[in-house]
Amino acid sequence: MESLKKERLKSKKKHDRRAKFGWALYLAPSLIGVLVFFVLPFVVVIYYSLVDNPISHNFVFLDNFKRVLGNAAFRLAAGNTLKFSLIAVPLAVVLSLILAILLEGGLPYKSQLRTFFLSPMMVPIASIVLIWQVLFHYNGVVNNMLAVFGVDKIDWMKSAYAPVVIVLLFLWKNLGYNMILFMAALSSIPKDIIEVAQLESATPWQIFFYIKTRYLSSTILFVTIMSLINSFKVFREVYLLTGDYPYDTLYLLQHFMNNTFRSLDYQKLSAAAIIMAIVMIVIIGILFLTESRFGKDVEG
Amino acid sequence: MRKHRRSRQTISIRLRKKKIKSIIAFIIVGAFGILFLMPIILTISNSFMAASEITSNYGIIFETSDTGGKKFISETVNLKFIPDMVSFNQYITVLLKSPEYLLKFWNSIILVGPIVIFQLTVACLAAYSFTRTRGRLKEILFFSYIIVMLMPYQVTLVPNYLVSGWLNILDTYWAIWLPGIFSPFAVYLLTKFMRKIPTSVIEAAQIDGAGEWQIFRTICMPLCKSAVYSVAILIFIDYWNMVEQPLILLSDAEMHPLSVFLSKINSGEIGLAFAVATIYMIPTLLVFLYGEDYLVEGITYQGGIKG
Repeated sequence: MESLKKERLKSKKKHDRRAKFGWALYLAPSLIGVLVFFVLPFVVVIYYSLVDNPISHNFVFLDNFKRVLGNAAFRLAAGNTLKFSLIAVPLAVVLSLILAILLEGGLPYKSQLRTFFLSPMMVPIASIVLIWQVLFHYNGVVNNMLAVFGVDKIDWMKSAYAPVVIVLLFLWKNLGYNMILFMAALSSIPKDIIEVAQLESATPWQIFFYIKTRYLSSTILFVTIMSLINSFKVFREVYLLTGDYPYDTLYLLQHFMNNTFRSLDYQKLSAAAIIMAIVMIVIIGILFLTESRFGKDVEG
Repeated sequence: MRKHRRSRQTISIRLRKKKIKSIIAFIIVGAFGILFLMPIILTISNSFMAASEITSNYGIIFETSDTGGKKFISETVNLKFIPDMVSFNQYITVLLKSPEYLLKFWNSIILVGPIVIFQLTVACLAAYSFTRTRGRLKEILFFSYIIVMLMPYQVTLVPNYLVSGWLNILDTYWAIWLPGIFSPFAVYLLTKFMRKIPTSVIEAAQIDGAGEWQIFRTICMPLCKSAVYSVAILIFIDYWNMVEQPLILLSDAEMHPLSVFLSKINSGEIGLAFAVATIYMIPTLLVFLYGEDYLVEGITYQGGIKG
């Protein structure tokens, strides 16, 4: 009896091990790929950022970081990128939330409107750049329209106004995506809670701030993170509109990286990448902590 | 009785107010919606203009980069919705006379196709593995996948560049294919979806004697069909739009996809640029038309509202 039990246990263990091995097999291709193409080279990047050059391997610790942080081009690029994100991300979150609330509030032709707002997401930026150039050129449509109101011509792409154009393009491209996320979140808020609040004669503003934002907090977090990541991708738009050498206010981190790639300065490149990774992790960490404090009393 | 009537009156006033409000909201949102659609419509409608019409409308914009504009160009810009004369000249020129655009379009397909197919294959397997067992190690791995996913290109391109150098695949399509295929994005999304499948379904199959592969093939995949479609759409748009990777990983401009090449269209070719732009967005628009619901579903899952 005892031995039978043992035997059974043994075979179960064997089965478990086999199952575990099998599942590892399913994961293996992806895991190996992620390790080889993202994780391991990143470890090397950390190493590169700490040595003086890849041949002599002398540890210089933070010198590379100091060099990057002291670099005027990096500062300009980081400043511009930061400024852009600080303006574009909140706008993208708030505007898309407003749109979602309006659409979920029972507008007619809801699905058509949804399609309208979502369509920019599908269109390759490269296809749209021409129209943007026609709109915002010195002799372009926007200036002509503004001239009607007596506004002087603005050289949009070659002045301090350039980021405005990019913010507009960013919003155009990303609002629909954010809006879909908010719409789904709004429709998943339990109706009975809102009905109770209405019976208690809560105003729509109260319902929004005290109830809905609680349920939306995890979506707001997600939308903010995605908008942040997309705001780092805005280099695409800038590159396609202005090429390798944009106006100063549009010189972004990706421009800096591209130029550093060209000079093959691995140390600078690695240090810059790590600084960005750290900043990214810190920002996302802060967002997560804020959200978990704010939305913790809501389940689900 | 009187009291009752009054309350009915206030309700009707309130209803009317609400109706007016929603009409105003509709007008505003509708106007914005149309504004959002404008650039796309304009690009398409302008692609049916003859080259001469384009130059006379926008010549001043795209000619300023040249030194000596010899031909007459109108002083102002005319943004036109409807061409004076519908002409297929742009398309004829692009499709028959200037092969370089079609070549770049083909580059785009060659670059994006394998990434979509193989990222999905790899990701389905990995997501299945993340779904079936959930130990501590798995959770740590999954979390690191998310971290990798959240990193911007400015960070991931440096490791990608290094590996491409080691593997000697720099300046070949492999340098873009491989990181694309192993990008953790699809794994994340599909795992979120698969974890919604009730374990009882899988356990039932197990009791009936189905092996892992059988469960994966005959139960998991059919249930995930719509998720796979939506992830495919999301991957497709992302890579169809790519600019950063080819700029850094492919030094030979001949190999660049159309997304990069379109920005280099010079003023001499402005007469066909709109047709090229339209051709480039046709695949994505088709995907959108047929897969909008999948796309919306995919985005929703990404947000984790359902997952």
